[in-house]
Amino acid sequence: MENSPNSPKPLSDTHFVASIEETPLQATDSVAEDSRPSNLYIDAWRDARQRPLFWISGVFILLVIVVAVFPGLFTQIDPRSCSLEFSNQGPSAGHILGYTKQGCDVFSRIIFGTSTSLTVGILSTVIVTVIGVIFGALGGYFGRWVDAILSRIGDIFFAIPYFLAAVVIMSVFVDYRNVLVISLAIGFFAWPGTARILRGQVLSVKNSDYVTSAVALGVSQLRILWRHVLPNSIAPVIVITTIGLAGAIVAEATLSFLGVGLPPSVMSWGNDISAAQRDLRNNPMTLVWPSIALTSTVLAFVIMGEVIRDALDPKARARR
Amino acid sequence: MSQPTPTTSPTDKRRIGAPLLEIRDLQVSFATQAGMVPAVNGVSLTLLQGETLAIVGESGSGKTTTALSVIKLLPGAAEITGGSILFDGVDLTKLSEKELESVRGKQIGFVPQDPMSNLNPVWRIGFQVEETLVANGKAQRGRDAREKAIAVLESAGLGDAAQRMRQYPHQFSGGMRQRVLIGIGLSSTPKLLIADEPTSALDVTVQRVILDHLAKLTAESGTSVLFITHDLGLAAERAQKLVVMYKGRVVEAGPSVELLQNPQHPYTKRLVAAAPSLASHRLQGSASSIAARDQRDAESADVDLARTAEERAAHAASALAAPPAVQVENLTKVFRISSGKLRSEPFTAVDSVSFSIAKGTTTALVGESGSGKSTVARLVLKLDEPTSGRIVVDGRDLSTTRGKDLLALRRRMQPVFQDPFGSLDPLYNIGATIAEPLVAHRVGNAREQQARVLELLDQVSLPKKLVDRYPNELSGGQRQRVAIARALALKPDIVVLDEAVSALDVLVQAQILALLGELQSELDLTYLFITHDLAVVRLIADNVCVMRKGRIVEAASTSEVFDNPKEQYTQELLAAIPGAGITLGA
Repeated sequence: MENSPNSPKPLSDTHFVASIEETPLQATDSVAEDSRPSNLYIDAWRDARQRPLFWISGVFILLVIVVAVFPGLFTQIDPRSCSLEFSNQGPSAGHILGYTKQGCDVFSRIIFGTSTSLTVGILSTVIVTVIGVIFGALGGYFGRWVDAILSRIGDIFFAIPYFLAAVVIMSVFVDYRNVLVISLAIGFFAWPGTARILRGQVLSVKNSDYVTSAVALGVSQLRILWRHVLPNSIAPVIVITTIGLAGAIVAEATLSFLGVGLPPSVMSWGNDISAAQRDLRNNPMTLVWPSIALTSTVLAFVIMGEVIRDALDPKARARR
Repeated sequence: MSQPTPTTSPTDKRRIGAPLLEIRDLQVSFATQAGMVPAVNGVSLTLLQGETLAIVGESGSGKTTTALSVIKLLPGAAEITGGSILFDGVDLTKLSEKELESVRGKQIGFVPQDPMSNLNPVWRIGFQVEETLVANGKAQRGRDAREKAIAVLESAGLGDAAQRMRQYPHQFSGGMRQRVLIGIGLSSTPKLLIADEPTSALDVTVQRVILDHLAKLTAESGTSVLFITHDLGLAAERAQKLVVMYKGRVVEAGPSVELLQNPQHPYTKRLVAAAPSLASHRLQGSASSIAARDQRDAESADVDLARTAEERAAHAASALAAPPAVQVENLTKVFRISSGKLRSEPFTAVDSVSFSIAKGTTTALVGESGSGKSTVARLVLKLDEPTSGRIVVDGRDLSTTRGKDLLALRRRMQPVFQDPFGSLDPLYNIGATIAEPLVAHRVGNAREQQARVLELLDQVSLPKKLVDRYPNELSGGQRQRVAIARALALKPDIVVLDEAVSALDVLVQAQILALLGELQSELDLTYLFITHDLAVVRLIADNVCVMRKGRIVEAASTSEVFDNPKEQYTQELLAAIPGAGITLGA
């Protein structure tokens, strides 16, 4: 019978003991002390930053933000100094994207329109998230009649198609069309989705043992909700917020395109697209350029949302 | 009757004693992001025809992986990278998936770990049994399968099997589900049955009945059993041979009694010293024998539970006369359980329970699942309101305590819960977790809190480096230490331990029990210890209340309950402690 050290043969009656050199005892309860701290969000960040899509979309979003805040850095041409003598002229030196029908510089208008589109996107997303988080968190955490009331209110808003509601609001407040009003119109009816997702998360998190522990330790209800429940249930909200921001930018453009958005005096990608469509056959490029700006910005936010979703989902991480 | 005798089946007589399963130098690795990590590293074992062999080890020792490689039910990331598994002369590692199907179920039966999740909830029990029989070619679909399925369930010990066939898994208790799974596992009279922790989710008395039945069935048919368990006492009681695994390797193997009485490898010695069932048994045998005690002192460098318990008892004897820290009088809790439509039925979870805990002592509430012991804990912690009855903590009635007074009371009474994986917020680092009660009760400024956190880490023997770690990086025992540190942060007098060591591996459990003992004598703590494990009770408690169906059936000092149980139920519980029937050399 061969009995090499690596293949012990415990036969029925023999009492086999492995040599202690081969099976050294380790501390009963040890941890890798030299590793770096990690939790869900730290891991997600480590995961995301290794992905090229994160950096591509991130840099693009950063660029859009810089353009929105400092448009003067990117063009010296005043988008409002239009002259009909250049109407529908093609690209020329200093005017790389040509002119609109009104004789305005296309590139300059896109640059200066960025801040409108982005502001509307961010503002309406903030409105959606704030209302959605308050309703979802309170309803899910306190349950009973609080949940019944908040959930029913959410259902009422959910039943109204938010885009239709925005069209109606913008038509009614025709004299008050500005960035704030259009953001409210988009955001005010879009929050029930966020509230529902968060409520579901909160419902599962609030039954976890660490919440029970916190109650028994004497931590107050609101503090538990704020410090324990919300951080552990907010991850999916972060994802839909990023994607929702893209949706809000599209919504603004669509409303402006339909003529119920911002007044023509305000520069925005939606208005530019709307103005260009009447001239589609003569000068299609005036439609294409703002559309590209809109699409690539929206795409960047959607991709960022996808990256964040993958990074926040440990199971998806494990699968890769 | 607890020790299954290998009776020879007339049909298989000539084969008894021949090797049925031979695992040689098995290597299994898991593919992870860090490359292939070995889980099983050169394991060899031999299982003879008609024999029961137990693989014992802690979680992560590779015992389940070893067993699952036999029937190639390994999770996707695992791969057999070397060695051979000879079953009846055929190397299973070389078989194709198709060929394996003829081995699985037909020749090798499998009883999985968790009876709750291993039956499909949307199919009737009968259908699931019939399906197995048909798939293994043991019955024709239709009437034949039905009749045979009834026979299978009856042999598994289910009464009125014909009616039971039409029910769904949720209508079965855990024990009955495990009977069904054992029935399915044995339905095609396999030569080998692999039972992976078949009863670890069940109550001890149920466990005993189920394993007795399993032993009887397998002995009748001459089936060999590969038994996987973490409980050394249980393994020794149920198997003729033991294989002790540690970190993917076999450290010791041999006949069970021999191995328990004369462990050679330091790891096995550790295990024997730490197993509560064995330690409490040993305590019973030699509590007064000083010679035995000295011998143990010399032998075990690690935690010896029996010794811990003896030291505790000496300390606590003087404390028993102290005034009660917690007093519970006629505590009753009635839940309303909806029984379909709009009706609801009252369910008395706790039924006029009374006990008191003297300051500085430990009272254990013992009971099986559904006995109401955890409800009592929740009531004492004021996480639920009692229906009637009084809880007096330090002379203060809990039900009338509100607002500031309640907050002050919570400071003095802190909980430690069962699940160390669930009771810590995954997004809080260890420092913030331990500091939380200090912050919530506004004790000290940030610097004092930080200093207290470090002091507490030291008290529960955790390295200070862990302060900025998150719970997912810690092992189960370390998390439980963190939970204990958090409970101690406010310097409470009373700690409610709700199954605080039940989810831990034995060695870790022993360490935590020792830690709890040290902390008690150091800080003069009062413990309310809720557990289902009588063996642990013997080691930690001064007084025991045995609960059943919401009532306390027996309450007395620990030694009285163990040495001289009055109630039949207590006697049953004691008899069901695994390893109780084994004679150990002191």
